[in-house]
Amino acid sequence: MTITLPFWQPWLIPILPLIGALLNGLFGRKLPQKLVSGIALFFTGASFLVALAHAWVLVSSPYAMLETKYGTWITVGQFHADFALLVDHLSLIMMLVVTGVGFLIHVYAVAYMEHEGGYYRFFTYLNLFMFFMLVLVLANNYLLMFVGWEGVGLASYLLIGFYFRKDSAANAGKKAFITNRVGDFGFLIALFLLIQQFGTLRYTQVNDILTHFGTEQHAGILTAIGLLMLVGACGKSAQIPLYVWLPDAMEGPTPVSALIHAATMVTAGVYMVARSNAVFTRAPLALLAVAIIGTLTSFFAATIGITQTDIKRVLAYSTISQLGYMFMAAGVAAYSAAVFHLMTHAFFKALLFLGAGSVIHGISGEQDMRKMGGLRKYMPWTFGVMFVATLAIAGIPPLAGFWSKDEILWQAFSSPFGSKIFWAVGAVTAFMTSFYMFRLLFMTFFGEYRGAKDAGHDASHDAAHARDSHHGTPHESPWMMLSPLVLLAVLSIFGGLVGIGNRFEHFLDPVIQKVEEPHTSNLESVLAMAAEPKTEEHENKGLETALMGLSVAIAFAGLALAWFLYIARPELPAKIAASVHGLYELVLHKYWVDELYSAVLITPLLWFSRVVLWHTVDQKGIDGLVNESAVAARDVSAVVRQQQSGLVRSYAGWIAAGAAVVVAYMVWMGTR
Amino acid sequence: MIPISWYLLLSAFLFACGVTGFLTKRNIITLFMSIELMLNGVNLSFIAFATRLQTLDGHIFVFFVMVVAAAEAAVGLAIIISVYRTRETLNVDRVNLLKL
Repeated sequence: MTITLPFWQPWLIPILPLIGALLNGLFGRKLPQKLVSGIALFFTGASFLVALAHAWVLVSSPYAMLETKYGTWITVGQFHADFALLVDHLSLIMMLVVTGVGFLIHVYAVAYMEHEGGYYRFFTYLNLFMFFMLVLVLANNYLLMFVGWEGVGLASYLLIGFYFRKDSAANAGKKAFITNRVGDFGFLIALFLLIQQFGTLRYTQVNDILTHFGTEQHAGILTAIGLLMLVGACGKSAQIPLYVWLPDAMEGPTPVSALIHAATMVTAGVYMVARSNAVFTRAPLALLAVAIIGTLTSFFAATIGITQTDIKRVLAYSTISQLGYMFMAAGVAAYSAAVFHLMTHAFFKALLFLGAGSVIHGISGEQDMRKMGGLRKYMPWTFGVMFVATLAIAGIPPLAGFWSKDEILWQAFSSPFGSKIFWAVGAVTAFMTSFYMFRLLFMTFFGEYRGAKDAGHDASHDAAHARDSHHGTPHESPWMMLSPLVLLAVLSIFGGLVGIGNRFEHFLDPVIQKVEEPHTSNLESVLAMAAEPKTEEHENKGLETALMGLSVAIAFAGLALAWFLYIARPELPAKIAASVHGLYELVLHKYWVDELYSAVLITPLLWFSRVVLWHTVDQKGIDGLVNESAVAARDVSAVVRQQQSGLVRSYAGWIAAGAAVVVAYMVWMGTR
Repeated sequence: MIPISWYLLLSAFLFACGVTGFLTKRNIITLFMSIELMLNGVNLSFIAFATRLQTLDGHIFVFFVMVVAAAEAAVGLAIIISVYRTRETLNVDRVNLLKL
């Protein structure tokens, strides 16, 4: 391929944050705080600008994608894996989201982390995360993607456990890492199957080979690959059954929650499914599994979100729920809708987390919404941007979330892989989303302030967020924190407009492989239901508008219910909770899933590790072997060392005796 | 013509005398002489075989051994004198430290 483009150096995009991470990681301890933040901001900002330039060059060029090879990594027989970057419309969107939102969050973090220990460490990890995430999205083959995939997992682990002196944070980091390992295992097996079947991991080659494959009517190799990829995606993107790590990941600093556990890293699974669309579209069963998992996750996470009182945990479950939406979209083969929602979600969820961080910052580290309230007066800017973000996520037009969520619901309804069941569950989830988000907004910003005004001196405070100054009354955050919020709010308002008239979908067309064969409606065929007759195009249009109106109505219904329960009749929620006590307890404790995992998986595993592997295999077997060989050596030596007497004549005697033996042997051999 | 086995027996006897002396005596000079005895026992075997096989190899070896033995005697005797001067004894069992 001959490329004649004015400026084409995509390697700069991931390398710049890596340089920042190295500078801060190696020398940051000695550098002044201002320089550390300067380095971190400069390299992420530069990376964003380079990404922007590349986006412009690519879009204005005649190419749909550009692959640039920088070196050979692995060559084994016929199999090659290169250090090569692929920039197409999908990775373009991803890299712009990662660098853009990432840069804004860096700016925010400079102010947010100002009084924290380990300042340079924080920015080292954050830049390192940016590097790996960009490797993930820019890689041209699955293996390099896997490097980024593992790298972001590492960065996530390091940042969740950033307050490593706190046990809960350290444990949350481990939980995230180990849970992800389960998913990575599946992903890795999928890669092995790809190598075995196609002999390559390069996206373009895999897709080329796949064009010769038809749709698998029964479970076959593509279904297996798709399902294993789904396992990987479930781990990284916090889907059932591997979602449990994400709520605990909120132990990390809030900018981390915003960047890694809301906007970018957790969407890697969605990106991977969209990237592998050629596999999934040909494996309807795997696709169905994606849709079912996504739908279930979005529904269950939303129900949990309703009952949580920790502001960050509400957002965490909301993230899981929204990721479920993306999986649902991908699962009905509406990959572009999934990526569209990924993008808008990155804007408004980052904004929500950063806004929550601003709230937490403003009231000295309190995260319990029951102790907030009335903050609208104290922090008007934070309220404003949070309000925008809440409108966006609730799906109220014309904000970003409306366009993408509506697109997903419409696709779930109308796609050949879709089903009315998905649509119905999605719509109920949309209602719950709107409800719990406005609940969060009303509990936090409306009513009267319920926290103690001089709470700053309370020893029970979360030490990590406690500030030396500004105790007492809630206060607005500095401009350094507010300006990224405002920018993200602007994106949350207008970010959805790129989707009007399916422009976004057509933008991604080159990435999504079309499968020509007709397919039956999937869930229905599995549930042995009658296939729907295809509706006409203009009827479709009318139906789409009707559904759009319905989803807007749903969003407003959620708003109204939240208003009724938390503003008009604030005593009602407790009564409702008491009247359905069992159900409430079940949901409040997250369906006891953590406890279930602990009883079914973790406890037996720990028992097996401790009793069998540690006490038996390690202590008795391996240690025994080592110790016994040492004892044997000592016992033999104890006998032999008697010979080393220090008497020269005794040595000479042994030499003479030895010589005599040798001579006797030779004589015997000679005379035989 | 004397059979070669006689020479070899004498050679072995001389060597055995040397070994026995080396193992049983304590005086350094006696040890030294025992070593010479062993060397000459071996030399005798060389000469006997060289004469029998009509080659010069054995003779050359013997010359080498004698030269080395002479050098050894020169150095060895000097060491013995030095040892006697510093320790006032020639008993090897008491000369077991390199350092005074």
